Amino acid sequence: MPELNILEAVRLGMDEEMERDERVMVLGEDVGKKGGVFGATEGLFAKYGAKRVLDTPLTEAMIAGAAAGAAIYGLRPIAEMQFADFVYPAFNQIVSEISRMRYRSNGTFGLPMVIRMPYGGGVHGALYHSQSNEAYFTSTVGLKVVAPGTPADAKGLLKAAVRDPDPVMFFEHKKTYRLFKAEVPDGDTVVPIGKADVARPGTHLSIFCYGLMRTFALEAAETLAREDGIEAEVVDLRSLRPLDTEAILASVEKTSRALVVHEANRFGGFGAEVAALIAEEGFEHLDAPVTRLAGPEVPGVPFHHNLEDWFMISPAKIVDAARALAAY
Amino acid sequence: MVAKETATTPPHVELGLTDDDVRAMYRQMLLARAVDERMWLMQRAGKIAFIISGQGHEGAQVATAWPLRPGQDWMAPYYRSIASAITFGMSAEDIVTAHLAKGDDVSSGGRQMPGHYGGAPYNIVSLSSPVGTQVLHAVGIAMGAWVRGEDVVTLTSFGEGTANQGEIHEAMNFAGVHRLPVVFVCENNGYAISVPLDQQVGGGNVAARAAGYGMTGVTVDGGDVLACYRAARDAHARARAGDGPTLIEAHVVRMTSHSSDDDQRRYRDPAEVEALKERDPISIFGDQLRGWGLLDEEVDTQLRADVKAEVNDASKRAEARPDPDVATALRHVYAEEQHDA
Ligand SMILES: Cc1ncc(C[n+]2csc(CCOP(=O)(O)OP(=O)(O)O)c2C)c(N)n1
Ligand SMILES: [Mg+2]
Repeated sequence: MPELNILEAVRLGMDEEMERDERVMVLGEDVGKKGGVFGATEGLFAKYGAKRVLDTPLTEAMIAGAAAGAAIYGLRPIAEMQFADFVYPAFNQIVSEISRMRYRSNGTFGLPMVIRMPYGGGVHGALYHSQSNEAYFTSTVGLKVVAPGTPADAKGLLKAAVRDPDPVMFFEHKKTYRLFKAEVPDGDTVVPIGKADVARPGTHLSIFCYGLMRTFALEAAETLAREDGIEAEVVDLRSLRPLDTEAILASVEKTSRALVVHEANRFGGFGAEVAALIAEEGFEHLDAPVTRLAGPEVPGVPFHHNLEDWFMISPAKIVDAARALAAY
Repeated sequence: MVAKETATTPPHVELGLTDDDVRAMYRQMLLARAVDERMWLMQRAGKIAFIISGQGHEGAQVATAWPLRPGQDWMAPYYRSIASAITFGMSAEDIVTAHLAKGDDVSSGGRQMPGHYGGAPYNIVSLSSPVGTQVLHAVGIAMGAWVRGEDVVTLTSFGEGTANQGEIHEAMNFAGVHRLPVVFVCENNGYAISVPLDQQVGGGNVAARAAGYGMTGVTVDGGDVLACYRAARDAHARARAGDGPTLIEAHVVRMTSHSSDDDQRRYRDPAEVEALKERDPISIFGDQLRGWGLLDEEVDTQLRADVKAEVNDASKRAEARPDPDVATALRHVYAEEQHDA
């Protein structure tokens, strides 16, 4: 089993899918010769050529909309938004068209396509290179939304996304790209969309997270175990829509305390859905109110490192929130 | 006699510019370059996180901003617009302060990344990162002036990659419909990060699109400062006369990588990069000024020394400014006093 970082795992996932299925193509800004601004498509242009690894004009509506057209025609496009922050010109295509195509055509037209987007902060990217905008998409019925937090999940979920008959928004936390290496199973290992992963078993409280927050939550859990004797269960949701409600409820049944962590702001964020689910269906198991730890209510991550540190979730902030919850 | 005089009239005089004007334009270009180069040094020294450069664009930027009337006209520039912004009133210190993300930075108080020029005191609209969004703001300001019948011209600039965004089409169409007093400047440097013009612009000619919007389109060599000035001056006059918008496409060079996060050697031929030096608008304009007898080595050296001193000073003062206070981080999400706006 090779040790890869998340960026390499995404790249290998695309490479293997392109090799396996000639209908798979990649399109986006700077994905060709440059290999993507983060290097996610490095080497693919040389291997598969300029048509299957297509540098598009600087036009996101075209990237999403043409990917949809190509999917209708029988291709399996992987569209890249250079940053999740720049998806909005494509929002109309994604929300009005891509998410609704199957339903409105009464099942006649499906859109097997993937939209990959680097998201998240902590990279000195400020308001427009740091956004965690997953909630716009998780609240859009007809889309699937995944956010892997490990190299193995990045590769396995990407394969699942490419093979999925429906459109999948694939969120890659850009701070995790080169954060660590971990083993990735060889070969054609698909991680099914819709299944959470218990990243660390525990008994005292559950931390629900995804993306970069998985790493932070695991770090926090170690601190809590060492310093407080609190055994936190870390549940990496991985797939935000569909959501593994069974895994969430099973964990709450075990620990009776739930902390939901994400980087996006709290109000109307994805954590609200998880919290509501637990309140509605896991109420009898709870010993404390469901708690959310989320980004502050400002319109974006501010730039200066003082301000960015203030904004960002950290392992220390998770430890604090978990202690308060455990003490309730 | 008249004929003879015309033959010897230097081109700037013909355009209504004085000797001092053109020397000032040259100095402005030098200043923009010096600020830009200083910020690369500061980036390498770890003082600033990121730099996106205007090197190679200075001639077009200074010349197109030159006709604007500070305090009256408006500007919605983009991330390469150091020279435009300082020509329209921002100081070298403002620019360095913004790059250092200091708490009293006029553009954003340290909230935005470097390269996001703006400032209410200067009539320069606060800029975001998604490319091209500012072009609609420019059109909206022009609409405001048109609705009120006020003498205001708005200039907006963007790259040739950005020119393909849907919003640019909407902006130009609307400006064309109402003949709004706006000047669109497309700074075509042949690349959008790594994607070259022929993969980017169908037909390869941005200015030609103007015809479709019922506006004047002009193509200029961004190395020819006076040609850029002429185009901008005429566009400004056209806007003021109610004769509608103009789209100026200036062919410029991107002398650096896209930004400090990019390495253009991955996609650009070394010979091509080497040849860029010959298209440096500063040396081209300097040579022209020397040809017209407006610049000699002594004056040039003096100007460069002045500019260097100005940048040294600006950097020192900028570095001494306070960092943003975390206690302010929640401010200005909404108006602090609720009132009828
Ligand atoms: C909507 C959007 N998509 C992608 C980006 C990322 N990006 C920043 S600059 C740039 C290239 C811009 O090229 P061009 O318009 O030619 O201007 P230049 O940088 O060459 O001056 C890209 C793709 C962005 N900022 N906004
Ligand atoms: Mg360009």
